[in-house]
Amino acid sequence: MATIRFTKDHEYVSVDGDIATVGITDYAQSQLGDVVYVELPTAGKTLKQGDEAAVVESVKAASEVYAPVSGTVVEINAGLPDSPSDVNEDPLGKGWFLKLRLANPAELDALMDEAAYQAHIGA
Amino acid sequence: MAEDTTGPILKTPLHAEHVALGARMVPFAGYDMPVQYPSGIIAEHNHTRSAAGLFDVSHMGQAFLAADDHLSVASALESLIPADIINLGRGRQRYSQLLNEDGGVVDDLMVVRSPDPEDDGVLGLVVNASRKAIDFALIEERLAGRARLTVDADRALLALQGPQAAAVMAALCHEAAGLPFMGAGTGLVAGIEAGYTRSGYTGEDGYEISVKHDHAVALWRRLLDDPRVKPIGLGARDSLRLEGGLCLYGHELDETTSPVEANLTWSIQKRRRPEGGFPGAERLQREWAQGPARIRIGLIPEGRSPVREGAAIRDSDGKAVGIVTSGGFGPTIGGPIAMGYVPPALAAPGTPLFLDLRGKDVQAKVAALPFTPSRFHRG
Repeated sequence: MATIRFTKDHEYVSVDGDIATVGITDYAQSQLGDVVYVELPTAGKTLKQGDEAAVVESVKAASEVYAPVSGTVVEINAGLPDSPSDVNEDPLGKGWFLKLRLANPAELDALMDEAAYQAHIGA
Repeated sequence: MAEDTTGPILKTPLHAEHVALGARMVPFAGYDMPVQYPSGIIAEHNHTRSAAGLFDVSHMGQAFLAADDHLSVASALESLIPADIINLGRGRQRYSQLLNEDGGVVDDLMVVRSPDPEDDGVLGLVVNASRKAIDFALIEERLAGRARLTVDADRALLALQGPQAAAVMAALCHEAAGLPFMGAGTGLVAGIEAGYTRSGYTGEDGYEISVKHDHAVALWRRLLDDPRVKPIGLGARDSLRLEGGLCLYGHELDETTSPVEANLTWSIQKRRRPEGGFPGAERLQREWAQGPARIRIGLIPEGRSPVREGAAIRDSDGKAVGIVTSGGFGPTIGGPIAMGYVPPALAAPGTPLFLDLRGKDVQAKVAALPFTPSRFHRG
């Protein structure tokens, strides 16, 4: 059963065992508007919490996506650069960015759960 | 920059309409403006290219310049801008630039002459929101004793743009349908007293319609009643003008850039080029004779990632040769596009160049402007 956590910068981490799926939240995609490109890291890259993990390009601007937790990239959503609108249409599903093998699962404890994140965005 | 704001945020008379339509509002040039409506920038862009888009551009500055007769007011204005205004006919509009003594662009603007002979001696001016205070102070100071400037802060400006704009407009104002490109008229639009021109800033056919603040909401709603018309925010306005190869002040144009460098020589009529008589004429004449140091170009980056304003442009030897002034995604092109400045030797379409994207070089080719063919009304 996956556990989902959120950062104040509007990334999500969906954790299943020691694998964390990372993307941006529905609120984030709604604020960015139409996504036209996503630059993803290469598999095998090691990211520390807070490192730049990806870049989302909307029509208006480029936005950095930071690693919500530390880990090694084990998979990227290779179809995303050709289908960037998935980020708008299904951010928590088809619009995922990358999967990390967790280096320090304790980092998850400092992230927000769903209720705290909803409060954070004022929903 | 255009996004700078000081003092209280201003609202156009259509502000509540935008909010009611669900627009995302952002500060722009001191105004709280709609960047997009719920359908999103790409859908709004595509709607404008295929049907008709309605834009609130009431933040722009509108003013009248007056003197005893047309020759007097036109001569006065020609001392500040390089366009031929003396020969601007009744019911016509021209695009030009306010220049500083170094030939740099203080602002770009539209100059309108009314079709009514009784209005001779009066010229309408439309300037950028971010520059209007500077422009109006400069005009008042430089033309003191020759022409009187009246800032018309009580007018809204609506732009109706797209291939169906003329059909939409014809139903509300029969005379507007017969207007040529860059023609100007006055009269009733949907029963509302208006000044209108056949122009815009999207590369499409269309109109800009000026009405008193009190009538702006009525005209806005009346235009949106037509199912062919949808509201379009500043986000799509920017992608449309970028595809249209059109300059945006603060990006392609600033006080260091001449109209020759900006590839706007077409907007300087032949009489004025040898005559001069406008600020910075010596620089422009030198650039015409010897070629400018740099010139505005279009760029198509390879791949899918947009390259943004401020990115360095390098030649194939890795030498920095210029800078990107606007860059983004062109929905009609279906990929990234940009404009920037390079030396004329590198400006030919097809020239390979490299753009800095987050520290990496992206290959790009110089592209002819506009990116999308202009579809202004010819007739």
